[in-house]
Amino acid sequence: MIVAKRKPIADIAAMVEPYKKVAVIGCRSCVAICLAGGEKEVKTTVSALKVRNRRDGRQQKFEALVVERQCEKEWVKEVEETVKSADLVLSMACSLGAQTIADMYPERIVFPGLDTGFFGVPEEQGVWTEKCVGCGNCIIHLTGGICPVARCAKSMMNGPCGGSSNGHCEVNLDIDCAWYAIHERLRLQKRLDLIEKVMPPKDWSTAHHGGRRTYVKEEARLTQHQKKGRERAK
Amino acid sequence: MSDRRPRVVGFCCERHASDSATLAARSGKEWDASVRTVTVPCSGRVDGLMLLRAFEDGADAVFVVGCLEKNCYYDTGSIEGRKRVENVKSMLADLGIEKERIEMFNAASTNPWAFPQAANKMAEVARRLGPLESGGESK
Repeated sequence: MIVAKRKPIADIAAMVEPYKKVAVIGCRSCVAICLAGGEKEVKTTVSALKVRNRRDGRQQKFEALVVERQCEKEWVKEVEETVKSADLVLSMACSLGAQTIADMYPERIVFPGLDTGFFGVPEEQGVWTEKCVGCGNCIIHLTGGICPVARCAKSMMNGPCGGSSNGHCEVNLDIDCAWYAIHERLRLQKRLDLIEKVMPPKDWSTAHHGGRRTYVKEEARLTQHQKKGRERAK
Repeated sequence: MSDRRPRVVGFCCERHASDSATLAARSGKEWDASVRTVTVPCSGRVDGLMLLRAFEDGADAVFVVGCLEKNCYYDTGSIEGRKRVENVKSMLADLGIEKERIEMFNAASTNPWAFPQAANKMAEVARRLGPLESGGESK
């Protein structure tokens, strides 16, 4: 899932201050799970902004809404009226949700209410950790199901390095050494031979470094004929 | 000073906090008339939204009273309540609002002073800081 956290409330307050009518739109997917932009977080943010306005005697109108998945146009369509009538949309989804609204309604102003962090998993209640960087070329079948690109501070393809100490990373002793973890996992799986194989330098051309990526699944795409048919059906 | 009476909202758990208030009343103890209480099943039921809504709807100070932390009827409810109060405290501080306007207290049901002390302390804070809409300065 995509892990995000709310921007400092003072920053949000400063961003929305010049606008009279603000639509605050959350998302029920990843950011709801990481307690950043679900229904409760949207309402809490709006309430905090209203308390500030009460203190300052400022008149501002807020509308709090949550959509199922803000990164999909079909769900955003459901709040179209609100988006179009607001002076500002404060998106409490990840950057993908905010950009979906911004792309669908280019004349509207859309601000992010969250800082989008990483692809991660809930480790325990209230704790999320990064486990993937979306490099576009997954190799965890060779590393015991542990990603060294995301979990090693140096993204090393062969490890551990000399900075590994008692299973921890020299960058921060609170961080587990990914390659120590890989070694232990492979030992458990009786596949330690894999760690002796030298992996070639990573091909980063599949990662973000070549610019924006687009994945296409041809059989799922609509032909021109199908698109016209759908247009006619609307 | 503002003429209006301060508005103080106290969220009380229905276990030790409410029992403390009842015992106080039966013992003839009084607390500030500006305090209005909301009974909740447990102080852990209170969340940031409830606390902020109280401010939004006109409170100048808000407080939560739960069981003693090691003697909570629901085990960890008052610990949860405290965490939520601390979270709202930090949000208020970020927004430039006095964080003293919100506080968490713990009470034992056998202690008739606990609730009145908490209520009077928050009424005093609300008076000292003035109405929230005055920006912290009494008009």
